Amino acid sequence: MSTGAPPRPRRPLRRLLTPYTLLLPAVLIVLLALGYPIVWQFITSMQHFGLAQQFGQPPEWVWFDNYITLFSNPETWLVVGRSVAFCLVTAAVTMAFGIGLALLMQAVSTPIRITLQIALLLAWATPVVAAMTIWNWIFDWRRGFVNWLLTNLGIPSQGHNWLQDPLSFFAVALIIVVWMSVPFAAFAIYAGLTQVSDEVLEAAQLDGASPWQRVRFIIIPIIKPVIGIVMLLQIIWDLRVFAQIKLLQDRGSIASQTDVLGTFIYKLGVGSSDFAMASAMSIFVLLLTIALSWAYVRNLLKEDES
Amino acid sequence: MKRTLLGILAIVIAIVWVFPVYWMLNSSLLPSVVLEQTTPTLLPIGGSLKNFASVTEDGSFFQALGISLAVAGLAVACCLIFAFLAALAISRFRFKGRRSFVLAVLFIQMLPAEGMFIAQYKLMGSLGLLNSVIGVSIIYIAAVVPFTIWMLRGFVAGVPADLEEAAMVDGLSRTQAFLRITFPLLAPGLVASGVYAFLQAWNEFTVALVILQDTETQTLPLWLRGFIQQSSSRAIDWGEVMAASTLVAVPVIIFFLFVQGRMTSGLVSGAVKG
Repeated sequence: MSTGAPPRPRRPLRRLLTPYTLLLPAVLIVLLALGYPIVWQFITSMQHFGLAQQFGQPPEWVWFDNYITLFSNPETWLVVGRSVAFCLVTAAVTMAFGIGLALLMQAVSTPIRITLQIALLLAWATPVVAAMTIWNWIFDWRRGFVNWLLTNLGIPSQGHNWLQDPLSFFAVALIIVVWMSVPFAAFAIYAGLTQVSDEVLEAAQLDGASPWQRVRFIIIPIIKPVIGIVMLLQIIWDLRVFAQIKLLQDRGSIASQTDVLGTFIYKLGVGSSDFAMASAMSIFVLLLTIALSWAYVRNLLKEDES
Repeated sequence: MKRTLLGILAIVIAIVWVFPVYWMLNSSLLPSVVLEQTTPTLLPIGGSLKNFASVTEDGSFFQALGISLAVAGLAVACCLIFAFLAALAISRFRFKGRRSFVLAVLFIQMLPAEGMFIAQYKLMGSLGLLNSVIGVSIIYIAAVVPFTIWMLRGFVAGVPADLEEAAMVDGLSRTQAFLRITFPLLAPGLVASGVYAFLQAWNEFTVALVILQDTETQTLPLWLRGFIQQSSSRAIDWGEVMAASTLVAVPVIIFFLFVQGRMTSGLVSGAVKG
């Protein structure tokens, strides 16, 4: 900062404290709304929290007992496995569409590209709850558009309830989450693609590189960092699909067969007031997210410094 | 030839992607008698705004709208002030702990509500802030402020400190120099961050579901969910439900189009919660 200034006795201390004062409001609110809950959750996950505690008895300290109970329950592993499988499949499909659409945007003429971009933007902008309501209507078993379309295409599905069977429940969830997530992936990757210079591509073409070779050896390596970061974000987001699953469950599917991490915690905590188990599960989700986020944050810091 | 084929493919994909939004608008305009037919009506010919009238009739929509506006307004105002001060600190000062703070900002915004809502529910319970606008706003501010700091930090750093120093040489105090020179240049950043915070608070579902369990204090997403939930036993009037969705979605879509460009670059270079 200003170096040549003559030493003034009062100023330095004030200037030393100013940044901390400026940070104070943000830090305080984060400590209250996020910091305290994490600590509370950590402590509660190591206590026994039963009916007696709900009536004010001091909880008993049980160390890792809750975690042991939780993770020796096969249902927990079913939920974890379901969430991870759903997350990976959804992220992979989203990335495939995202890369495909980004390449497509580059290949078509400007008016068509803008049409496609507007369509994607509208899907991206739709609030989750509104989107879920629309999709519930489209997949409605009585008068839904999908059943009508399939029946007309020769697959009789009038009156078929897609949300009843866990497998088709998750297929519907996959379609919806992909529909919501592809726009961001496509836009981000397209932004990366526009960084690839035309001259390099032309030079490669003159040297006899096929379109596929140009994608494989020039375009992919250049946009690889963007793809990496978008994929990581997709995985982190798809691991925490709470609203989407909860709102599909509302339509009367069997919740115990379709629970994912978020809805499982909701059921434990809000449903049966088992705060210790809900906390243990929440800590597990937090650790999983932090492990995934670590790579992302490191990447950002590196970029920020360069 | 190949270009034409790709063009057709792009148009088909655009139609598939926009279809749900179109279907919402279409159904919202059609009476339930038409929607109950076996063959769907593809165009809202003979449609009316009747569904909108009956959805807004009982006043619960306006109540939820009021709650949503209060929550979003409070979140945006506090978020902008807090984030602005913090962004100033990390881009205009060198201090001990600065790097750890930046690291914490990046990490905190990745924490999922799905891993914390139980504790937040207990916290608000013990503060007596369950079913209160303030309670849910506090959580939204804390959730959005890290990204807003990161976003504004870029804007503040974009205004050279030399400008301020030059003004200080001309006799302004540091604060005056800041308010007269730097602040006006930050307006676009403040608007973008504000819209972002607004959208996050407006659309949030998970925390609202847990903390606002009273129907008197529900936000618009909860109000919309209520339609499907109550009516799962009887036949749903989809025309009304789609009118309700339209009312919730359209303002968001319009706002979103304003900040879209910044969101994409922000997401890649600065992280946002989905």
